[in-house]
Amino acid sequence: MKLTKHLTGVVIASTCLCAPALAQTRLTMWYHGAGNEVESRILNQIISDFNTSQSDWTVTIESFPEKSYNDSVAAAALAGNLPDILDVDGPVMPNWAWAGYLQPLPIDESEFADFLPGTKGVWDGKLYSVGLWDAAVALFARQSTLDELGLRKPTLDKPWSREEFTAALDAAKASGKYEFALDLGMNDQAEWYSYAFSPFLQSFGGDIVDRSTYKTAEGALNGEAAQAFGKWWQSLFSGGYAPGTSEDPADQQTGFIGGKFAFQWNGNWRAVATMEAVDDVVFLPAPDFGAGNKIGAGSWQFGVSAKSKHPEGAAEFIKFAAQDKYLAAFSDGIGLIPPTPSAAQMTKNYSGGPLAVFFDLSKAQALVRPVTPGYVVQAKVFTKALADIANGADVADTLDAAVDEIDADIESNSGYGHR
Amino acid sequence: MASKLTLSNRAGWTFALPGFALIFTFIVLPFFFAIGLSLTNQRLLSPNPTQFVGLENYQQLLGLAVVTLEPERNDAGEMIRNAAGEIQYPRLRAITRSDDYPQYRGMREWFHWQSGENVMIVIASDVVFMKALVNTFLFVLVVAPVQGSLALMLALLINHKVKGINLFRTIYFMPVVVSIVVVSLLWRFIYDGQNGLLNSILQALTFGLFQPVDWLGSPSTALPAVMAMSIWQAVGFHMVIWLAGLQTISPTLYEAAAIEGASRWQTFRYVTWPGLRNTAVLVLVVITMQGFALFAQIDVMTNGGPLDSTQTLVFQAVERGYGKQDISGGSTISVILFAIVLAISLIQRWLTRER
Repeated sequence: MKLTKHLTGVVIASTCLCAPALAQTRLTMWYHGAGNEVESRILNQIISDFNTSQSDWTVTIESFPEKSYNDSVAAAALAGNLPDILDVDGPVMPNWAWAGYLQPLPIDESEFADFLPGTKGVWDGKLYSVGLWDAAVALFARQSTLDELGLRKPTLDKPWSREEFTAALDAAKASGKYEFALDLGMNDQAEWYSYAFSPFLQSFGGDIVDRSTYKTAEGALNGEAAQAFGKWWQSLFSGGYAPGTSEDPADQQTGFIGGKFAFQWNGNWRAVATMEAVDDVVFLPAPDFGAGNKIGAGSWQFGVSAKSKHPEGAAEFIKFAAQDKYLAAFSDGIGLIPPTPSAAQMTKNYSGGPLAVFFDLSKAQALVRPVTPGYVVQAKVFTKALADIANGADVADTLDAAVDEIDADIESNSGYGHR
Repeated sequence: MASKLTLSNRAGWTFALPGFALIFTFIVLPFFFAIGLSLTNQRLLSPNPTQFVGLENYQQLLGLAVVTLEPERNDAGEMIRNAAGEIQYPRLRAITRSDDYPQYRGMREWFHWQSGENVMIVIASDVVFMKALVNTFLFVLVVAPVQGSLALMLALLINHKVKGINLFRTIYFMPVVVSIVVVSLLWRFIYDGQNGLLNSILQALTFGLFQPVDWLGSPSTALPAVMAMSIWQAVGFHMVIWLAGLQTISPTLYEAAAIEGASRWQTFRYVTWPGLRNTAVLVLVVITMQGFALFAQIDVMTNGGPLDSTQTLVFQAVERGYGKQDISGGSTISVILFAIVLAISLIQRWLTRER
């Protein structure tokens, strides 16, 4: 409460001070986290610190709900109303850069030399965006569950194999203690599917698109490895291990904590809240399905819109926000991975704390999603294919159809500028 | 054309002007934009130049063909059967992807039937669009009569001068006032497959005999579930329109009917129903148009799934235009939808004309 009061005071004070101070140039910024209290609080703190720290710029922020954020930006881009500073999801960045809505960051890359690779948005050899955090996904479980079911605790060096993972799910199902063995968060058909589930496909040896050329998905999304992945994926639902696409939206928040599931495939932004509620929670690395164990990388990042009249001001702000103390604040608040080792040292959870495992996971397993402007469409096609397969569609036909759609889209966009 | 309305009604036209201006800017103009865009390959975000492509988008959406798959035969000409004795057919993709049939490229199976030992497959260049088209028609065909008649029944029920009747009017009207997004979210919990309200009630009523159904998660129940919820949500709105119509019927007609000794049914059939003629046309047209515009419920509750069982035209238009950044494809669906709704409205007007 005290902090809120203090903050309100700062905000009110700054607005009162800024209104007559015409010397300051106004910069606008859009953010995806409307309704997310902790995130907004930290970001507002950064903004008010920035606005009072210098006299050239004032940043004002407008927040959008995550679900409609990308649509809002697309509509605004079309209407020519983009803000100066844009919040952009890592894998979407190439699309916006290619379309000419972002400009390369007017900041020397050496400023971000020690940032985790997943937090730097690079397209066509230029740095376009930089993230104040990275995110990672892990298999949430209780140590007591592992002990009870007699399961080996997997490590980064020796993750579960496909057989061990299946055996674990079987054991959880057979115990009869859980509604389902595994929570995958299937109701969230926005970016979650490609972020959380495409690493499974990659671990089987397939991919959403052929990354050597980015010209086709043939062979990557419908080859032997992908077919094997598809069959395994379908078996999760036909075998009753995980709830399907009609899953309760609240499950990712409360399902595991409430004991509905033995395992949960979830992001580290839920880690702090889960640790508070579950004493013996452990964060396990992704299983290895044959081609190495993988998780997704790249989260939300800041960039400068191409139409901005004050890129140097936007760059000032991004540099200001990328200070270690703010990186640490986001990490402490939500559990996100701090991008620099020095920031990690300042956090509660990553300086040898319980979440340090995520830092290692991110370093060892992380694979960014396909770096191509076509990713936006490819993610949609992939999501629909996975939802359909989960609902019982023929695996081979669905994957073939997805490949056809992705290839047609790449063709109608003249190859998305890949040479 | 020269009448009192068009000539000596300057004040009226002045008052209508702001409305006309808004309708022109936000409905008529975008509509012509949509027609224009549907003839190009415009993308939502793209540095590539826009090109005129003629009717290609329409062909891409509406393309249909029938192919015949013959059984696979071994060298002796016998049909190959699998372990279960089913006849084996070549994969459809062998045809749609082969260079021998360039006209079938990229097409997929919509539905098939067995014809002797062959399989006839209807392939569409856009299966999802075809499913959306069928679902949308199904939705309108069920919702229009059911919602219209339920609304009429409610209107008849509350068209009495009883103490506290306004309470019932308010209750029936309440769902209309609540945002459709909120209503959809709530019904998502009601329909929940494990411990949703609907399953719990049905189990309690049948003493546990009822097996829980995953209403939104199974292709056979998802669309009916959306229909039921949509009917409930908007029934109050049409009830009010019916009620307005009921109250324009002169009480003297009812008195005359009572004196003549008409039964309740006869009063309804020969006094009430003829008096509601224009109201009925309005309600029918409005429900039909709202039905074709089905979007929010789908977006919140099912995302078009499971297995495309709840895809609709407007959902697809938005999904393509914004989600897949294919604004020309989305525009094409909008134009097709406009043509359908226009045709149906004209037919309805013709069927319900004054004879």
